[in-house]
Amino acid sequence: MKLLTGNDLKTGDVVWWTGSDWSRHVAEAADVDGHGEAIAAEEEAARRVNAPYVIDGEQTPQGPRPGHIKDRIRALGPTVRLDLNIKPADPKAGSWVI
Amino acid sequence: MYKYDEYDQAIVDARVEEFRDQVQRRLAGEISEDQFKPLRLMNGLYLQLHAYMLRIAVPYGTMDSRQMRMLAHIARKYDRDYGHFTTRQNIQYNWIKLEDAPDILADLASVEMHAIQTSGNCIRNTTSDQFAGAAADEVTDPRPWAELLRQWSTFHPEFSYLPRKFKIAVIAAEEDRAAMRLHDIGLQLYHNDAGELGFRVFVGGGMGRTPMVAPVIREFLPTADFLSYLEACLRVYNRYGRRDNIYKARIKILVHELGAAEYARQVEEEWAHVKTLGLDPPPGEFERIAAQFAPPAFETGIADTVDRSDPDFAVWLDQNVKAHKQPGYAIVNISLKPVGGIPGDASSAQIDLMADLAETYSFDELRVTHAQNIVLPHVKKAELYAVWQKLAAADLASANLDLISDIIACPGLDYCSLANARSIPLAQKIAKRFESLDRQRDLGELKLKISGCINACGHHHAGHIGILGVDRKGTENYQLLLGGSGAEDASLGRITGPGFDEDGVVDAIERTVEKYRTLRTDGERFLDTYRRVGMDPFKEAIYG
Amino acid sequence: MDNALRFRDDAPHEEPAVTLDAFIGQTNAGAVRLESDEDARKLIPYLGQLALIEVAFPKFRDGRGYSAARILREAGYTGELRAAGDVLVDQIPFMRRCGFDSFAPEADIDADALGRALAHYEHVYQKAADGRSPVWALRHG
Repeated sequence: MKLLTGNDLKTGDVVWWTGSDWSRHVAEAADVDGHGEAIAAEEEAARRVNAPYVIDGEQTPQGPRPGHIKDRIRALGPTVRLDLNIKPADPKAGSWVI
Repeated sequence: MYKYDEYDQAIVDARVEEFRDQVQRRLAGEISEDQFKPLRLMNGLYLQLHAYMLRIAVPYGTMDSRQMRMLAHIARKYDRDYGHFTTRQNIQYNWIKLEDAPDILADLASVEMHAIQTSGNCIRNTTSDQFAGAAADEVTDPRPWAELLRQWSTFHPEFSYLPRKFKIAVIAAEEDRAAMRLHDIGLQLYHNDAGELGFRVFVGGGMGRTPMVAPVIREFLPTADFLSYLEACLRVYNRYGRRDNIYKARIKILVHELGAAEYARQVEEEWAHVKTLGLDPPPGEFERIAAQFAPPAFETGIADTVDRSDPDFAVWLDQNVKAHKQPGYAIVNISLKPVGGIPGDASSAQIDLMADLAETYSFDELRVTHAQNIVLPHVKKAELYAVWQKLAAADLASANLDLISDIIACPGLDYCSLANARSIPLAQKIAKRFESLDRQRDLGELKLKISGCINACGHHHAGHIGILGVDRKGTENYQLLLGGSGAEDASLGRITGPGFDEDGVVDAIERTVEKYRTLRTDGERFLDTYRRVGMDPFKEAIYG
Repeated sequence: MDNALRFRDDAPHEEPAVTLDAFIGQTNAGAVRLESDEDARKLIPYLGQLALIEVAFPKFRDGRGYSAARILREAGYTGELRAAGDVLVDQIPFMRRCGFDSFAPEADIDADALGRALAHYEHVYQKAADGRSPVWALRHG
């Protein structure tokens, strides 16, 4: 599957395209196969996102998982500060990245 | 320490309003990200993995307690309660909102600080010796020259769109604590045979993709017109530095392709013209600045000995405290490298504590070091024990300065959008493997430096042991380098051979240092042994 | 010329600028265009006859034109010095300091934004080509 991601222009937060809006949670990301670039261009022009790009991902029982470690770290947070992660209460969150 | 006058303050205040205007235009859609990017970078604002990152300048690494407390305030108010001290003596924050950036700059300006030119293809923050003004071995305090450089380079109208970034370091001792020869321009103050003070000028050093140790391009530059000489150095670079390939755009490539002698000739020719233009400030300006770096009011006739009866304190004293030029005083190095910690990170509470210690014990002065540690430059020997106790209570008394766990590491793939591999977890694993301080001290001075990509922010080329993280088909892989140095004996490390995974590189380092223990002669550091015996014995120990 | 921004009182020079090669070949033109990779010093023997020198900025990141401008002003050129091409509003203050006194940006420049950009800094740290006194001169009278 293809995922569309970027950063919120004002806050810099990592965001994922859900099919209709942007979410902080990769679990809510939609498959944008074939039309990710068009959405990216439109959303960037509307200044709802900064530096959007399309990546490969896979569907898993826990939801979409980015194909590259870099985007998994973006989705979760730094692996060395699990307390700052998007799901700080989840002790298994770190192993999802590697 | 330098204090702003009305002019300095007006310029920094104007910068806040200019950037506020630029941010508003970006948020309103009047300028594109492509146009905004160089503007925000020239104010140290990056878009990183998790958010915007703001890098704040600490000119030549010197701060007072009020400024240090402001860094803690910014961490608390605008970030996530911590900051990261960098190899260029700056601090950066990882979770900044674009809409907050102008307010952060306004807060900084209230304590004579800024983020001007902490990124971008311009002249960056000038770095210097973290022991400046305190070191027993310096010929003069280099910081007044660094401050002249700060003012000259700030919003330099001709050199704000250079082919690539430009880093200058200035030192005034034979021992190089600032990796001076790995800068675009390195300046070393010394007295010539006639007793005159001047600079030895090195141009074209750097790390990154094509590491180079800077050659000397002028053996002696009189101090009076050194700014016009640098103007000539930069003009030749701005005109002829490569702009066709970002990887070949640094001045080191120009100097290498022209040859140091030809580059020097072009600079001399340009300087012959430039120095007639009256660009150099009058001597009175240097004197005005230098007066503000006058030594603090040291007490004389005080005790020059230290009670070593607490063995843990004695270890820290031997490892982290350095000789001061004033009897009765010492230089304290605060390690930001606790085992298991993140190299260079400090919490806002730790930053506040270090500010308090500076105010109480160090004539209100702090320094940031290029090894990502903090220095209290002027501490009375009689008060070292009290300082140590307060540091220990805040997890700031690691007695590992220049030992294997005093690791320089870039933020790596945990934070950086350019990185190929993580640096911090590896630094933590290495520190853990060599956790025993007795073992570390037995290994002696061993500078280990980790970069998460070829840009070399973690100075891996200059590590006695260096590690470079690479992306091998989507997995993190680490190359090992041996034999680098960023000190006065500057050299570039060589790759041992095939790379390793994270645990593999820790094992390889252990085999390397154990080999060193069998090979060393009395008093030989790892680097000395490596230079004597070469790569082969280590290669065999690593790869078998 | 659309989008022209001119900081001179004399009448604009209407003659089209010729290339450096063409100029060196004939040397009776009054206007010349310098590409970003061309050496401004080649014009120094002819500055007295030139009324307009246009310096090209093919990309806003290409900063060679700033040095070209200073070299021409330092050599005594007093005619119109125009920055043309990918010239952005936030660059114009630096360009003014380097001696440019007219601008031909590819894209529209917002007049209000330019006014603010030029007004931000009352003081400057360096002596450059615009005659402004650096703060070290103000400090030491």
